[in-house]
Amino acid sequence: MTQISLSNAQIAWRAAQDIADGAYVNLGIGFPEKVAQYQPDGRRAIFHTENGLLDFGPSPAPGDEDWDLINAGKRAVTLNPGASFFHHADSFAMVRGGHLDVAILGTYQVAQNGDLANWRVGDKGVPAVGGAMDLVHGAKRVAVITDHVTKKGAPKLVEHCSFPLTGLACVTRVYTSLAVVDIEAGRFVLREKLPQISLAALQDVTGAELHITDPVVDLITPDL
Amino acid sequence: MDKTLRNPGQAIAQIPDGAVVMIGGFGGAGAPIELIHALIDHGARDLTVINNNAGNGRIGIAAMIDAGMVAKMICSFPRSSDARAFNEKYLAGEIELELVPQGTLAERIRAGGAGIPAFYTPTGFGTELAKGKPVAEFEGRSYVQERWLKADFALIKAELGDPHGNLTYNKTARNFNPLMCAAAQMTIAQVSKLVTAGEIDPEHVITPGLFVDHLIEIPDPKQEELLIRAGEVYP
Repeated sequence: MTQISLSNAQIAWRAAQDIADGAYVNLGIGFPEKVAQYQPDGRRAIFHTENGLLDFGPSPAPGDEDWDLINAGKRAVTLNPGASFFHHADSFAMVRGGHLDVAILGTYQVAQNGDLANWRVGDKGVPAVGGAMDLVHGAKRVAVITDHVTKKGAPKLVEHCSFPLTGLACVTRVYTSLAVVDIEAGRFVLREKLPQISLAALQDVTGAELHITDPVVDLITPDL
Repeated sequence: MDKTLRNPGQAIAQIPDGAVVMIGGFGGAGAPIELIHALIDHGARDLTVINNNAGNGRIGIAAMIDAGMVAKMICSFPRSSDARAFNEKYLAGEIELELVPQGTLAERIRAGGAGIPAFYTPTGFGTELAKGKPVAEFEGRSYVQERWLKADFALIKAELGDPHGNLTYNKTARNFNPLMCAAAQMTIAQVSKLVTAGEIDPEHVITPGLFVDHLIEIPDPKQEELLIRAGEVYP
């Protein structure tokens, strides 16, 4: 059967291709953390974590964890040469102050004007926001990685978010399981799509109009 | 000058019912478990607790909540691997929650320590967490006014401390601790190693002693993450 959507690893791989060598990057907890695994050869981004650490590396082997050395997901990490520690106010000065090059987040919905809804889906249960509302302001690029539709098939790229907002007009690029879409002047601009899916079929699963300003490039990734 | 005390109980006994208490730590890193457990032994009630999270497992802040000591949590992320203690009380309407974005929480505490009553941040603008807060435009962007956070007491975990109260921290155990030291009327720090004045290079002091009122040496402190993984319960 022909593959008709990218795996999470492939979405993460595609997002990683746009991160420059030496970029300062914050990856959201969970799925976005995968992006770190797919940095192209010869590039080394510097990863920031909200709890006061720049330039951390992968998790140590089980048994080697130092629980005073964790990332914002409370996962044990390691230090790269050149790492630094700082307190929480300095950490978020890096975020809000516009000092990070890229933030990559997951999402429930993203709207054509760049509004992001990624922190809660309704008013039930215990709300928890963490650093999401801070991260969407300040990074020079705020990108989202996501399946193109929900598990039930509903569009995640929409005209207006119906879930509670994390931030207004903050997302600049969306990497999905089907396409790469930029947000420009309050609209979705299609940049890349899987060659196996027609433009009409892609538009059918997208909740707002996809605009085309330049030739759409085939979205090709390795098997991951 | 000597701000050291022999045991946590001496300092903790000053915390009355109804106090606002900042507690350092992010996850298991920098959580002053021994001080929190001394507070449980002391048994103050109706407390407002300020921390990034709202307790995990059955120790630390979660054990305070289980013991019915906490009336209100001010935090950014009340979820954790085992947030049962907070969840049960919250869903039963028995504990109040003030949910604050993490960077805003840090900056509000910093402002409290720095004597800045309010500031404007882009964080939260247009969201439900900014409802009712004043908004202003600067250079064409909209910002939300947030207010300082201060406390009656701060419970802090540090690595090295000297009798003047100068502190250093261990790796990501720094997190909110230095900010909270400055934002409380009385700061009580547990240090893993007490050294003599002058042993910490002044260039390496992270929290100057002026921000610290009492410190207690707790060698080999317990690590919250390991206690939770071992299923420990306090008391």
